[in-house]
Amino acid sequence: MVRRKVFRRRIRRGNRSAAGNVCIFIFLFLLGAFMLLPLVYSCLNAFKPLEEVYIYPPRFFVRNPTLENFSVFFKLASGLHVPFIRYLFNSLFVTILTTVVHIVLSSMAAYPLAKYRLRLSGLFSLVVVSMLFTSAVLWLPNYILMAKMHFLNTYLPYIVPNLAAPIGLFLMKQFMEQIPFALVESATIDGAGHWTIFWRIVMPQVKPAWMTLAVFSFLSVWNQASSGFVYDERLKLLGDLIANINAGGFSRLNISMAGTLFMIVPPILLFLFTQNRVLETMAYAGIKE
Amino acid sequence: MNRMAVISENFRIKRAMREENRKNRLTWKQDFKKHGPLYLMMAPYFFLYMLFFIVPILLAVWLSLTDYNIFQSPGFVGLKNYIAILAEDDIFYIALKNTLVFAVITGPVSYLLCFFVAWLINEMGNKLRVFLTCVFYAPTLASSVFFVWQFIFSGDSYGLINSFLMKLGLLEEPIQWLADVRFSLMVLIIAQIWTSLGTSFLAFIAGFKSVDPALYEAADIDGVRNRYQELIYITLPIMKPQLFFSAIMQIAASFSVSTISQTLLGFPSVKYAGHTLVLHIQDYGMIKFEMGYACGVAVILFVIMYVAKKLVDKLVGLLASD
Repeated sequence: MVRRKVFRRRIRRGNRSAAGNVCIFIFLFLLGAFMLLPLVYSCLNAFKPLEEVYIYPPRFFVRNPTLENFSVFFKLASGLHVPFIRYLFNSLFVTILTTVVHIVLSSMAAYPLAKYRLRLSGLFSLVVVSMLFTSAVLWLPNYILMAKMHFLNTYLPYIVPNLAAPIGLFLMKQFMEQIPFALVESATIDGAGHWTIFWRIVMPQVKPAWMTLAVFSFLSVWNQASSGFVYDERLKLLGDLIANINAGGFSRLNISMAGTLFMIVPPILLFLFTQNRVLETMAYAGIKE
Repeated sequence: MNRMAVISENFRIKRAMREENRKNRLTWKQDFKKHGPLYLMMAPYFFLYMLFFIVPILLAVWLSLTDYNIFQSPGFVGLKNYIAILAEDDIFYIALKNTLVFAVITGPVSYLLCFFVAWLINEMGNKLRVFLTCVFYAPTLASSVFFVWQFIFSGDSYGLINSFLMKLGLLEEPIQWLADVRFSLMVLIIAQIWTSLGTSFLAFIAGFKSVDPALYEAADIDGVRNRYQELIYITLPIMKPQLFFSAIMQIAASFSVSTISQTLLGFPSVKYAGHTLVLHIQDYGMIKFEMGYACGVAVILFVIMYVAKKLVDKLVGLLASD
């Protein structure tokens, strides 16, 4: 019911000219290269020995790939007064906790908005507008607020604001809207309360939506840095560590790239496995007037 | 048929429906009684949402009218901060100009890229489509690696672009891409566009995928000749909701540039070439501790973003009208 099967038939359609197709192919190829080359360059650098980083003229490809950078990275990272594993733990802990709680809270809020007409339904359009204001824009008032609540220098600044990310509620509500109300109604007649309906009937139906929320939440939390909210080195995240190593300058390009691979592999894997579900959810991500 | 007559008729029907709804609506008391448990379910999310999205905005508005500096309690100064920002702060205008130039270029460019790439990808076979989606979305997934642009545009002859151009003989001397005021904003724009095929790109792909193919067939019979006409007459009006959604996402992204500029161009950048409003806020908030003043800049930024959204909504509405 949630996953609608669309049978694709061959249909007669107006077409593009051959010249148009060639232009489009070239355009996509160039754009794809622009998107991929910096990433490929980063990955290749992670395998370059030091003398190839210093070589003149600089080379894009790697001649003698080596894994040494990774061991140097670990040596460097464990030699810091806070061990590498602590950064990794912080990042994983914060990301997983935030993602799980974010999904639960936003689906709990999305269900009444999607399926009932409440006096406070107007809150939803407020949430839509506030997708405009990213954490970078709200940074200063959030800083003052968290200072007042004594949140600074704990894990809380990483977690709490992200729990209420507007995009989560938005996507969840849009996706829930297509669950037929009859389903909710019949369960009510059978004597089920709102909680039971929510957990037993609605939540299993919106699996694609929670996977999507998981991806977006993971992305935004995993890629964040302490940005002034946290100054205790033991509470900082992987992103801060990489930024610190980068600040070491050009000579360590290969080593910081080795570290960066740890940052970029988890989100890419997560998206590869969930991309079908994500696209299914995004089909409902429109704002109707 | 007279278009104006249709519009006013629609308007009258809508208003009648709204009045009907209002009559049938529950009173607040009845509503809370009937939907109490539902409000309870919404409470935790909306508590946090209010605290971290609404309260900060109101707080910024209030503090912008004070001389708050985090050490002393705020004292009311009226519009003094705004007058100082608008009348005396030259760097504010540099930041404003950069932010607007940046938004006016990256916003539409990335919006159109998202739309057209999604449109083109949609025509491909299933496997190829998944592959291309991943290719174009990869920079967003790996956004923490954006600092690689620093090495690509590095100012010495070790920089990838410099050495490439010198090998081709187009350049004699390496260009200081990141420090030369003529180029630095452009480099920033390139790096930003690189990461900008994000959420809205996915929304467009999904939107195109869910358009009913029967509509295209009908359009073919009605005399739509090629794919481009199809796009304008059929797809655009259907995709209107996605267009609105993506507009919000792109405005949000293109006005909040800060970390990229900080990393690539340094902070403060040479001659403030990469100074944006968000960085100006950070400068006054974190370094000079003039919180009231910084909040004033923040409020101006909120207003600009909101106005931009209203304008873009109008534009999208006009473009995609059926």
